[in-house]
Amino acid sequence: MAEFLAMGGYGAYVWSSYTIAALVLGVNAVLARRAERAVLHALAHDLNGDDDDATA
Amino acid sequence: MFAFLHKYASLMHFYRLSARWSGWLALATALLMAYGLYGGLVTAPADYQQGDSFRIIYIHVPSAWMSLFVYMCMAGAGAIALVWKIKLAEIWLRASAPLGASFTFLALVTGSIWGKPMWGTWWVWDARLTSELILLFLYLGIMALDNAIEDRRTGARAAAVLTLIGVVNIPIIHYSVEWWSTLHQGPTVSKLDRPSIHIDMLIPLLVMAFAFTTFYFAAALARVRGGILAYDRNTNWVRDLVGRGTVRGHG
Amino acid sequence: MTPRRKRLLIICLSVAGLAIAAGLILTAFEKNLMYFYSPTEVAEGAAPESRPFRLGGMVVDGSILRQPQGLGVFFTVTDYAHERVVYYEGILPDLFREGQGIVANGQLNDTGVFVANEVLAKHDENYMPPEVADAVAAGKARSGASDGTPAGNL
Repeated sequence: MAEFLAMGGYGAYVWSSYTIAALVLGVNAVLARRAERAVLHALAHDLNGDDDDATA
Repeated sequence: MFAFLHKYASLMHFYRLSARWSGWLALATALLMAYGLYGGLVTAPADYQQGDSFRIIYIHVPSAWMSLFVYMCMAGAGAIALVWKIKLAEIWLRASAPLGASFTFLALVTGSIWGKPMWGTWWVWDARLTSELILLFLYLGIMALDNAIEDRRTGARAAAVLTLIGVVNIPIIHYSVEWWSTLHQGPTVSKLDRPSIHIDMLIPLLVMAFAFTTFYFAAALARVRGGILAYDRNTNWVRDLVGRGTVRGHG
Repeated sequence: MTPRRKRLLIICLSVAGLAIAAGLILTAFEKNLMYFYSPTEVAEGAAPESRPFRLGGMVVDGSILRQPQGLGVFFTVTDYAHERVVYYEGILPDLFREGQGIVANGQLNDTGVFVANEVLAKHDENYMPPEVADAVAAGKARSGASDGTPAGNL
């Protein structure tokens, strides 16, 4: 396990690369899902707002 | 033929059809990523010259390939948007830009981290690195331009024009290592010759490239679906979908 | 011509035009885009005489001479047509060794020695495990090739 982490002496370089990748992809995944939901919520909000005003 | 394509270009149809794809793409990404990471970090043998530092390749190369692939997708979408004015193309282009920029950033950063121990420097202004950096600026410029323009459709079209102008950078990036003397070495896989990488090292690389690709499509699709709802906000189908009491997102 | 065809044509022509323009600009700037000069180019006088430039080549086997004191080292680089002696004081990158490609930043001195202030290692596009590398090297040695390691082309 220690060998695995050490990566032949290059551990810092290898693991920082993989960590940054995980962060970048993770943030993209979260933001993408949020974008979809945000639109749905915003539109639901608008719709409900319109219905409240309807009198006819 | 166009009637068939137009059905897919219909935002409502695409939204309905794509509902299941997201799940499958996410699952595929997870499985491929797990398999690729295990292969790259554990089973692939260390390189005779670079030792274990070469394992950065499993992030760096897929990212670099995706930075180019996503741009080409955007260029295709941009051309379709400009010529045929298909809304779905506009939405796809806009959704892809942050993903392409992320891949480019990742390629540059992991490349830099890899270069320090192997080359002895974090950065050089050779043709390969410089043109990839230009690609990052292009992506950011496209996103900024789109954001700066009020009208959604005009913004997308401006972004499409800028994307197409920048397409010339793509072959420059790829052939930079052959056209000019560079510190960055020549292609290992994407060349007409046999790949100059051992098969045990190559397979995880291809798996990771595949994983990054499904990731792109999964993430882009999520953004596209949101974009479709925004574009068609005043249509009945969207009002029905949204006004059904519960807000249907992904649980 | 329909408006759509017109748009298509304009786009195609614009992209083509830009590609041509970029091509012309790049060929004009080619010299500046070349990251390094080869020993042959230096021998032919293509490299600057009194300004820093970059020299790229393979380290010749047996040419590495470390100074008894300090970090100074002499070595020779070749492009298999011409050679050039390099002098460098400083820490060399991990990959620096005989038969390896390098790119050195520096200047020619009066005696034609390239005095470097930076030496970077350049590795090739081949990736293989050590056993395979050894097998390749052994194979080359058997067939009498002059450089025994598969390390690096320029």
